[in-house]
Amino acid sequence: MIPEIGYAATIVAFGLALYGSVTSAVAGRTGRRTLVASSERAAVGVLVLVTACMLLLIYAFLTFDFSVRYVAINTNRGTPFYYRITGLWGALEGSIILWTWMLALYTLIVVVQYRRRHPEFYPWVLSAMMGIAAFFLLVMTIPAPPFERLTPVPPDGRGLNPLLQDSGMITHPVALYLGFTGFTVPFAFALAALATGRIGDEWMTITRRWTVIAWYFLALGLLIGGWWSYHVLGWGGYWAWDPVENAAFMPWLTGTALLHSVMIQERRRMLKIWNLTLVILTFSLTIFGTFLTRSGIIGSVHAFTQGSIGAFFLGFLALVLLTSFSLLAWRMERLKAQGELDSIFSRESAFLLNNVFLVAATFTVFFGTIFPLLSEAVRGEKVSVGAPFFNLVNIPLFLGLLILMGVGPLIAWRRASADNLRRNFLVPTAVGVAAAVLARALGIANSLVLLCIAAVIFVTGTIVLDFLRAARARRRSGDGWAAATLGLLRRQNRRYGGFVVHLGVLVVALGVAGSNAWSLHTETTLARGESVELGGYRLRFDGLRGSEESNHFKVTGTFTISNGVGSRDVLYPAKKFYAQEQNPIAYVDYRLGLIEDVYLVLGDFARDGSQATIKLQVNRMVSWLWLGGLVLTLGTGLAILPDRRKTA
Amino acid sequence: MSGARRWVRWAIPVAAIPVIVLLAYGFRTDPRAIPTPLVGKPAAAFSLKTFDGPEISLAGLRGRVVVVNFWASWCYPACYEEAPVLERGWRAYKDRGVMLVGINIQDKEEPARQFLARFNHTFPNAPDPTGRVSVDYGVYGVPETFFIDPAGRIRAKHVGAVTDEIFSANVDRLLAERP
Repeated sequence: MIPEIGYAATIVAFGLALYGSVTSAVAGRTGRRTLVASSERAAVGVLVLVTACMLLLIYAFLTFDFSVRYVAINTNRGTPFYYRITGLWGALEGSIILWTWMLALYTLIVVVQYRRRHPEFYPWVLSAMMGIAAFFLLVMTIPAPPFERLTPVPPDGRGLNPLLQDSGMITHPVALYLGFTGFTVPFAFALAALATGRIGDEWMTITRRWTVIAWYFLALGLLIGGWWSYHVLGWGGYWAWDPVENAAFMPWLTGTALLHSVMIQERRRMLKIWNLTLVILTFSLTIFGTFLTRSGIIGSVHAFTQGSIGAFFLGFLALVLLTSFSLLAWRMERLKAQGELDSIFSRESAFLLNNVFLVAATFTVFFGTIFPLLSEAVRGEKVSVGAPFFNLVNIPLFLGLLILMGVGPLIAWRRASADNLRRNFLVPTAVGVAAAVLARALGIANSLVLLCIAAVIFVTGTIVLDFLRAARARRRSGDGWAAATLGLLRRQNRRYGGFVVHLGVLVVALGVAGSNAWSLHTETTLARGESVELGGYRLRFDGLRGSEESNHFKVTGTFTISNGVGSRDVLYPAKKFYAQEQNPIAYVDYRLGLIEDVYLVLGDFARDGSQATIKLQVNRMVSWLWLGGLVLTLGTGLAILPDRRKTA
Repeated sequence: MSGARRWVRWAIPVAAIPVIVLLAYGFRTDPRAIPTPLVGKPAAAFSLKTFDGPEISLAGLRGRVVVVNFWASWCYPACYEEAPVLERGWRAYKDRGVMLVGINIQDKEEPARQFLARFNHTFPNAPDPTGRVSVDYGVYGVPETFFIDPAGRIRAKHVGAVTDEIFSANVDRLLAERP
């Protein structure tokens, strides 16, 4: 009975979303207030029904209702409690529910926040958001129904993919989807701006905070994904330019571009068309990402083709692209810029260059991702594009972005004077160059890493210098250092929040450069009692033992690790054998550190425990990625606080 | 605004079209068509002890059309969908000299036996305890089905659930080649 109720709720919710979308569009044209009220009630109804669907599916998971196909595939009686709930978003149908639920939630927040404040925009925003929700509900109804029955009912389920039974996988999709769905709000406002013809700065001012939040969750989702990849997959890395990763990275890149280019529109009334284009692109890329990962058109070992779902997403993508860009073309005459670029040496041009780099990076990633398809269409040959291509093109772009990160916020608007340049950049440049020279003297030969160090120190220098100057100015008016710092962060939270976010990105950049330049690894077979040495560590193989766990068989190795200082530790990497998996799953053991991680993977082993093949890595500075994530969180929090300057 | 400028602004929406067409082309490619270099090659010999007891070996089946199906009890839903198809195919063709062998891989004995009992399979089924046979056949995932001609060569491979049409088309083709 429960699955039938869930399915009925899905259909009703689809009807309501479609109704709400149409009525508020009509209200947008005619200005009939009662119609808006009606579609608001529909929005509430959609949220209630989708919430019910989600709870019903969770209930089916908790009660092992294997008559529901999705439950049978994604859980079994041995699955631990937490993973029975998170099994909800372990595969396609459930993640569509989660997505739709977040969208419905965001829609309601928009209703609560804006119903009385932007009477011209609001009906169109509501219409766009409910139209998008209607699409996702259509997907839940036809190509990916989560409540589909399975006959005959199996005695036990297949179980959640063991790789997904990890804390990183509980949070990663949630963060990522909050980011993806978050970009729906700016997109809806952009459409409303185009539909009403009110293409001033209003839509942008309203959506800035939304864009920041969506951007942040996407960044967080990417970092958690990296963490998951690092400690679960057992290859010792966190990023591989896989199509699925690229899918989430592309909207993050255009979102970053958007966050910067709106500032030019705010200050100089330029780039109106460009900003709308970026919003449309960012939202389209979130849909494209879902299409890419769910349609199976790009070759992947996991080729999860899911019936007709790819066609649905492609159709929707086509609709979004054609409608929004046609609207943009139609309104283009009204979008003429008022400001003009005065000088190459100005903040505008630094931001423009930042946009060029970010969009170029997006294009590179896009091109590399779809190239296998292009090649097959043109030459009839499947090829794969690997990390070397992406790195070759992107590393210079990212280095350029790092340097711009220091220049952009401090160079003057319109035209920088020689004095402005000297005052802000002389000392940081000198410190950056000195740092690179020092690093070279310490034995770092990799020129890319040296450049990265110079750039990071340069940018840090500009931020510190700016902050010190501002704090000193406040101190002159009588505050102590602490009060001055706090006062700055509170009164100019947007500026300094942005700076803290930049610091977070710098920390991540150092982690990326460091881990690529200095990590060590070795692969070897050890007999019991034998040792191997790497990077100042000595690792001894002490033995193996097998154990029967709730849903798998586990072979655990015991290894003692010691370094010259005499500190000692025991690592327990393991291999897990799940009945439903072809290959055993590696369980990595590691010791994390600020400077280096010791990372141990158990490979093959002799059944009698006499020897084991291992992969030992000393990964340097990987922790800086996670640390950077924390700094990013602080900065974003600061940046979205209500702006105090107006009330001060 | 001049005529040329009027056209230029429609460039972006028009530019989106080829991208969409290319993506749509992606549907024509089959991600499940995982090519196997084994087609046309002699099928690897195996000798396994069936669930019922007796040994079954490929060498003993030379001269007959052989269908080898790799399956597992945990493989929802594909193995469950094709299970009745296999039994129907076996009953329809066994009198014409066709042999069907099920090989159970990456599984535990208890659920595998329950699976066989549930679908009332009457053709020989054997576990592959060391995984050796599935490695020899390059099995990528379950279910996979290999069609072997009387000379012992692999002639076709099907990934995913077998349907009645696929089963009989392949078997008929190989039967027709027999002198």
